[in-house]
Amino acid sequence: MDYVKLINCMRCGMCLPSCPTYKETFLETASPRGRVALIRKLQEGELDQSERLLEYLSLCLDCQACASACPCGVNAGELVAEFTCERKDGSGLNYMEDLILRKLVPHPDRLETSMMPMRIYQRTGLQKLVRTLGILKMFPKPLERMEALLPPLPSRPLRQEIMEITPAIGIERGTVGFFLGCVMSLIFSDASRATIKLLSSLGYKVITPRNQVCCGAPNMLGGDLDGLKEAARTNIEVFGGYDVDFIVTDCGGCGAELKKYGHHIDGDLSSAFSAKVRDISQVLALHADVLAPLLKPLPLKVTYHDPCHIAHCQGIRKEPRDLLKLVPGLIYKELETADACCGSAGTYNITKPEMSDMILQRKLDTVRASGAEILVTSNPGCLLQLKKGLADHLPDVRIMHLTEILSQSMDS
Amino acid sequence: MQPSFIKELQNIVSEQYALTDRESLAVYGYDSTPEIESLPGAVLLPGTSEEVARIMRLCHEAGVTVTPRGSGTNLSGGSLSAGGVVVQTSRLNSLLEIDEENLTATMEPGLITSALHREVEARGLFYPPDPGSMNISTMGGNVAENSGGLRGLKYGVTADYVMGLETILADGELLRTGGKVVKDVAGYSLNPLLVSSEGTLGFFTGITVKLIPKPQGKITMLAHFPVLQDAALAVSAIIAAKVIPATLEFLDKVTIKCVEDYAHVGLPLDVDAVLLIEVDGHPVVIAEEAAAVADICKKHRCSFFQTAQTPAEALKLTEARRTALSALARLKPTTILEDATVPRSCIAAMLQVIQTSAKKHNVVIGTFGHAGDGNLHPTCLTDERDKDEIARAHAAFAEIFDAAIAMGGTITGEHGVGLAKKKYLPKLVGESGIKVMRGIKQAFDPMGILNPGKIF
Repeated sequence: MDYVKLINCMRCGMCLPSCPTYKETFLETASPRGRVALIRKLQEGELDQSERLLEYLSLCLDCQACASACPCGVNAGELVAEFTCERKDGSGLNYMEDLILRKLVPHPDRLETSMMPMRIYQRTGLQKLVRTLGILKMFPKPLERMEALLPPLPSRPLRQEIMEITPAIGIERGTVGFFLGCVMSLIFSDASRATIKLLSSLGYKVITPRNQVCCGAPNMLGGDLDGLKEAARTNIEVFGGYDVDFIVTDCGGCGAELKKYGHHIDGDLSSAFSAKVRDISQVLALHADVLAPLLKPLPLKVTYHDPCHIAHCQGIRKEPRDLLKLVPGLIYKELETADACCGSAGTYNITKPEMSDMILQRKLDTVRASGAEILVTSNPGCLLQLKKGLADHLPDVRIMHLTEILSQSMDS
Repeated sequence: MQPSFIKELQNIVSEQYALTDRESLAVYGYDSTPEIESLPGAVLLPGTSEEVARIMRLCHEAGVTVTPRGSGTNLSGGSLSAGGVVVQTSRLNSLLEIDEENLTATMEPGLITSALHREVEARGLFYPPDPGSMNISTMGGNVAENSGGLRGLKYGVTADYVMGLETILADGELLRTGGKVVKDVAGYSLNPLLVSSEGTLGFFTGITVKLIPKPQGKITMLAHFPVLQDAALAVSAIIAAKVIPATLEFLDKVTIKCVEDYAHVGLPLDVDAVLLIEVDGHPVVIAEEAAAVADICKKHRCSFFQTAQTPAEALKLTEARRTALSALARLKPTTILEDATVPRSCIAAMLQVIQTSAKKHNVVIGTFGHAGDGNLHPTCLTDERDKDEIARAHAAFAEIFDAAIAMGGTITGEHGVGLAKKKYLPKLVGESGIKVMRGIKQAFDPMGILNPGKIF
């Protein structure tokens, strides 16, 4: 790791109020500047790579709220992720990590097949039975949490259903490549369907290459940089085969990762790929004047939660709000600390359940205070976490992906 | 630190809130002060003032030192401990009362400054001190350091608002000073003594501050000056014209560039200095004041004068100014910040001294600060690995301090002496000053267990 990146932190503490884990604990070890200091002292030989040190670092959500807050340009979240990645260096994957990150995630077919038992489990009534009997209590805690988080799955993943080419409606204004995130395809296929519909309604021909693979974010999270690069090369090649204006995604996590391909892989192709990547809100906002007349009234009180991967990693805050305000009759309520993490953070809600729950609770409190009846966000991790949180604590509030509510307004 | 002693500390605050592992101690070995680190023996996070008193009694008996710490944003090394116990106030963070009849607020020491602002302003009241770090600084730290801020010119500093304190003394006894009364001449005035004592006289567990009505309106303005000295002269002219802005901030070219790089608020990159000016009060009065300010800036050859059109725009400008110190760190890894303060009529002369010293010692110094109250923040942009440059930076600052003293100013306006400015204090207060301070310390803390080694 570049030592200068570590000593650039001047320890002013501007990051502290932005950090979800510092807000919960008040501990310097659970703060961005503390994490940078731990890594720095490790490099300087003042500390060893102890279990405790790794445990402290693992409490970081990598939400990067600290990066948004840091006036001197230090990104503590990214430094921790980089450190984790370098430490593992690909070869260090254990059996489970290798199975998931190398043998499962990069292969959409296998990933989709692996979800089959879950679908059967949900559809045959087995889930209901298991939940009623409390059988999950007999399994390890993470499994129980995973089971609880999972909403009803669509009958088939979107990737298997969607046409590779969706024609533009009306006069064609251009062509976009649609990057279909794994979780969007497997779980939130309705939202991605809405995304494609919005794009084609605005006059875009939408190409959804069937042979695209996972963006590689899970590999990065698991410390498998080689796996990430492999995924990047495949996607760059796949999308390179089409002449598109933008590569659009409706998954914040994928968008943030795709925009970094140029950083991870040398060469013009990867930079050109990353330069074309847009979050769906960016493309829709570009054509707000065309979209506005297509929207019909939705008299709903709506608030918006900024996914970290959209607000902090991509710097997109204005577009989603502007789009919501286009909907006639919609009453927009700003959420307090809207860009604070919801505690989902990849697999954090499974690996660090207590901290994740505390962070989620804060978010739900702000949702309650906003008085909104619909919570809109645009990242599958947040959708999963908040859907569960709302169901448990605020059953009257519904959650929707940004494109779902816009599409609903178009249809209503 | 003895395991048996650690056990006793754990008995007071519970194991969870008594940190003694190497990793934790390492990250409590710094605050926001550059170049200074010092490892504590234990870090405690008490949850009640009773626990604070018990910690103090235990340490007093054992002869172990105690250093209070808030969020660790101290700029003079004041919250560092060499082998002793650091007591972090973060969990003692309740706002206990807002008394709208007496116009006071009472709180625990760990309350974040901006949280107090939010609560009182929601009731139409105002607590003016607003240090640059107010979004994370604690009220206990503000009192201990007598923090200033951007509004110091018109509204004064923390000391001007502290009415009552509850302080745990070195032996664990509770001292109550002041309260909600506006007038109080019973005995020595101990509040002002405790304010700015930098944790060396006692541990605050309760703070009562004065509130004032929230100003009805404010106008935020920004003036661009192609020539640095013109900006400085405009500052003196504004004050001489009997206009007291709430805020009168100065940013030089280096600072402007760094702040603009981070905050993107549209600061000009082609001028030598800008002044950020805020007048507040009755709408009719501030309209007149704003006009006078604009007139003076134009007379002093400002090239552009901008008035914020919305509260959001105004907030963006003041928030951007708050990031100045940290934003300067974009250019170089190490930033050495000082806060020499001079009578405000000497601002132009002081700026001249800073420029001359920087040039003479071949170091880059960006300057920003509270020009209106004479409190500038010359900040040297350097690299701690370059020992030669660090030495030159300190040589430049030594000259700047000498000049400040010669102008009738001080070595620190709001950051405190702590460890960082210890060696300059005798120059300012003389032998008699140090002797009196030592006597006071002796009276409060004969065993010297409270934040030892700081100030003198």
